Amino acid sequence: MKLNRRQALALSAGAAVAVVAGLRTAPASAAVEDTQKRIMEFTGGKTPEAGKLTLTAPEIAENGNTVPISVNVESAMTGDDMVDSVIIFAEGNPNPEVATFHFTAMSGSASATTRMRLAKTQNVIAVAKMADGSVYMDKKEVKVTIGGCGG
Amino acid sequence: MATPKPRVKVPKTATAGEVIVLKTLISHDMESGQRKDKEGKAIPRQIINKFTCEFNGAPVFSCDMDPAISANPYFEFTAKVAESGTFTFTWVDDDGSTYTDEQKIEVK
Amino acid sequence: MKKISLAIAIAASAFSGLVFQASADPVDEKLVIDGQEMITRAPAPEGHPFDEVLSGWLFREAETRAAEADSFANPGMLGVERGEEVWNTVEGTAGKSCASCHNDAVESMKGVGAKFPKWDADSKRPIDIELQIDKCRVENMGAEAYKFDAEDQKAMTAFIKHQSLGMPVKLDLSEGDMQAWFDKGKETYYTRTGQLNLSCASCHEGSMGKYIRADHLSQGQANGFPTYRFNTGGLVSIQNRFRGCIRDTRAEFPKAFSDELLALELYVTWRGTGLSVETPAVRQ
Repeated sequence: MKLNRRQALALSAGAAVAVVAGLRTAPASAAVEDTQKRIMEFTGGKTPEAGKLTLTAPEIAENGNTVPISVNVESAMTGDDMVDSVIIFAEGNPNPEVATFHFTAMSGSASATTRMRLAKTQNVIAVAKMADGSVYMDKKEVKVTIGGCGG
Repeated sequence: MATPKPRVKVPKTATAGEVIVLKTLISHDMESGQRKDKEGKAIPRQIINKFTCEFNGAPVFSCDMDPAISANPYFEFTAKVAESGTFTFTWVDDDGSTYTDEQKIEVK
Repeated sequence: MKKISLAIAIAASAFSGLVFQASADPVDEKLVIDGQEMITRAPAPEGHPFDEVLSGWLFREAETRAAEADSFANPGMLGVERGEEVWNTVEGTAGKSCASCHNDAVESMKGVGAKFPKWDADSKRPIDIELQIDKCRVENMGAEAYKFDAEDQKAMTAFIKHQSLGMPVKLDLSEGDMQAWFDKGKETYYTRTGQLNLSCASCHEGSMGKYIRADHLSQGQANGFPTYRFNTGGLVSIQNRFRGCIRDTRAEFPKAFSDELLALELYVTWRGTGLSVETPAVRQ
């Protein structure tokens, strides 16, 4: 079959629509559900609230292979006001787990920074577990850009 | 890969109860297990899966790591110590190796 | 018909990834590393196409800039530290290390990284840091030359250039045939190549400040190489960067240290005259 230019364009436009439609329906993905399941495992079935925990991540990552992220939980880090751990998920990665930070009274504060990999634009989620069992969550969307030639 | 080499940054002195910032960096490829070689074969995962910081033997901060942590893992966290002593930093590799570093701090 | 050809043009440019639409100014910020301010903007030397030469640092996002400004958070420093070890390691039949002759690099290598490539009378061609290290290894140490982009080659080059951190790039074009090599490098810089038909100048001169897909195009300066790249998680040499850029134009790329790429290194380094040596810079 030989296509003329107009037919070829129409076909490629159709293909593009199909691709976009495919992407639109994709996000009900296994990874997102998996992340929800793992959050519940971490919290022991409690739904985390907003507040106390702040996740800092760039709105746009220049390179998905190295994205700086920080977490900070408001806490005196003494007595009952203590943070046990903070877990990080990337719900669009092949495996959503990223890291779990464990804090102690000697941490002085519940804050930590690291650098992580993001396979594509997605939500990064942090969940904090306090010593008293309460749980908090924060979420940031990080756009992962596609480099030109990458200079 | 060359033997991973840790770098740590700890203030030389602090006052008792002061919250100080510690930084660590270690050279490591953090091979995720998701990549393929030129023949299309999966490159097996080899990452550092755990990092701990202790002060005079007591836990200060630790991190369980998954393959989503970038190459040359970097951490910044805080510590509060009451007396002079030694911080011990340990990284545990998937192959069982451990890499350690120590830094003394004088508390005035 | 006009509509169709326009559609084709858009499709073609989208395909090649070269939609130069948005543009942004480089940031108006100072780069201070370990208390030392870097020269990230300098008046261009005579004969330069720009009025001002700009460090690539000014074109990067805040997180990338911050990683270079903190010498501890900069993973390229792992390479520099490895370079220091190699500097003090005896290799070869003469039983010497770099330090056997050059002692403390902090003293002996200060300024060296700002002056290379320079003229090498023995080989009658310019010599860059990588080739100078090899020359020393072969002639004075009785050791083998490094394989191109061996980790220790990158580490040693970064270590030596780092001793000139903050010092302005200044080449001596008066020695030997440097001017002829400079002209040859300039010709390569402006020659379009590959299926995408791009020259260095297409992106780094004509489109500087614009976006190539999501990448903010800089002037393509050499003052921070070897550079730590977030993309690969390691140091990238200047010759590797040239080959990568040429490959990305879908062209055959020349061998590392070939006359063509050595001349290009000389010319591109000159285009950054006056900028501080930033090795190891941090880029995306």
